[in-house]
Amino acid sequence: MGEANGTKIDIRDLSVRYGPKRVLRDVSFAINRNEIFAIIGPANSGKTTLLKAINRTVEFIPEARVSGNIRIDGEETFAMRDVYELRRRIGMVFPLPVGLPLSVYDNVAYAPRMSGLRDKVALDEIIEDCLRKAALWDEVKDRLDTLGTMLSGGQQQRLTIARALSHDPEILCLDEFSIAIDPVTTMRIEDVLMELKERITIILVTNLVQQARRLGDRTCFLNDGEVVQVDQTDVIFSDDPGNKLTHDYVNGIFG
Amino acid sequence: MTQKKLTTQKWVKVGLALVTLAILIPLLLVLGYLLVKAWPALSWDFLTDIPRRGMRAGGLWPALIGTLYIVVFSLAAAAPVGVMAGIYLNEFARDTWLTRIINLAVVNLAGVPSIVHALFGMGAFVLFAGLGKSILAASLTLAIMTLPVIIVATKEALASVPMSFREACWNMGASRWQTIRTIVLPNSVSGILTGLILEVCRAAGETAPIMFTGAVFYKAVAPGDLFPYTPGEQCMALSYHLHTISTQVPGVPEEMLYGTAVVLVGFVLAFNSVAIIARMRIRARKKW
Repeated sequence: MGEANGTKIDIRDLSVRYGPKRVLRDVSFAINRNEIFAIIGPANSGKTTLLKAINRTVEFIPEARVSGNIRIDGEETFAMRDVYELRRRIGMVFPLPVGLPLSVYDNVAYAPRMSGLRDKVALDEIIEDCLRKAALWDEVKDRLDTLGTMLSGGQQQRLTIARALSHDPEILCLDEFSIAIDPVTTMRIEDVLMELKERITIILVTNLVQQARRLGDRTCFLNDGEVVQVDQTDVIFSDDPGNKLTHDYVNGIFG
Repeated sequence: MTQKKLTTQKWVKVGLALVTLAILIPLLLVLGYLLVKAWPALSWDFLTDIPRRGMRAGGLWPALIGTLYIVVFSLAAAAPVGVMAGIYLNEFARDTWLTRIINLAVVNLAGVPSIVHALFGMGAFVLFAGLGKSILAASLTLAIMTLPVIIVATKEALASVPMSFREACWNMGASRWQTIRTIVLPNSVSGILTGLILEVCRAAGETAPIMFTGAVFYKAVAPGDLFPYTPGEQCMALSYHLHTISTQVPGVPEEMLYGTAVVLVGFVLAFNSVAIIARMRIRARKKW
């Protein structure tokens, strides 16, 4: 099963429609343990919906109809009874920076507290660790009691990353995480991602094909709700990826 | 071109400001007129004394405290139900035909004239439930009447909390209820309070709904007694008292009529200002 061949997430025939609109069409691929799996594709290709299907927040969209299945460690996610447990196993960062209207400290402490952690020392440790990984610690360590909503856009984005790490996920999904963050800080976070993948599996959705190229072990090219190609990142970015559409997209000829 | 745009903008601004100021005129006129007319009657005794010489002298105490009773009881009945229904409708209910019917019913309930509520209250609470004409029956009638205001205000207050906050919590594995408890409710309290303020104002001012269900012409109580009534008995109320001394009792001095009106308005304003201060405190604490 999953353990043997190193598959962490196995997506089979996943289709999602919002009312009459088909957003994902028979998407199938597998993501390996401890890899950075990059997903690239033009706007409206279904990348964000794919992530929402993985942590089942797609169920909050009233019109959404999902078919197919996703297995994490061989276990069928759509059949899981404790969906909250599933979501805690997955750290999720969406492109819109969201600071919750709580202090910076409470933002990061939110998930650990929700799962019952009250010990101050343990919380302090988690918060410093997560904020460091998100490259935000140095900027906020002296004002952990400011409102998360008062931070700048880029800081809020990194706060979102810190929150996603706060529940110690096995899988980290990043959707355009660097959109509001300056290049230097982005590089620092990218370094952290390279370290993190020793322990966890990372899905990186990005419009910046160069970011996919730098970080991705393998890359998936998604277009109009369908998988065009999944391959080793160097193949996707080579002169001849074996698919004209992929070649045109990564070279900026369309998209 | 730019010049023209700026001039237009200036005139629009002046026009809007004038209309806004014009709103104040009737308000100030009413308040000013009431105060001037009531001035000779206004004193501490007017508040704390009981009516004497067949309502033609003395004070308002039983009516004042009666209104307070009715307001507090109706708030106690309507606030929890209204807020809970508002939370359900905004946070949990899916868009089905049943939800639509409930929403439609809430809006229509708000449009029902108060005299109809009065008759309903008399049928349902006074007669059917066997409460008799009592503070309880009057408060419940007012609670039914003000419920839609609270529900709508609660729904709107919750809806003003950005969806992205909820999504951020759901992504971390928080349940809907955990998200509501920790993020949504704390940030919508001020809006919900506004709904409750409106409830209090209406409950205090309405005459028709309590006329058949619990208000009484005269009740002997001790001056300044804070607990003169039990919920099962009838009470005097400011709005009904104003109605009776204006229409049923000949020879009441004019300043007493205006004085009663001033006390009624003052009661509502006092309740309002408590809630407004609470609101401002909460707002100052949290913002995004």
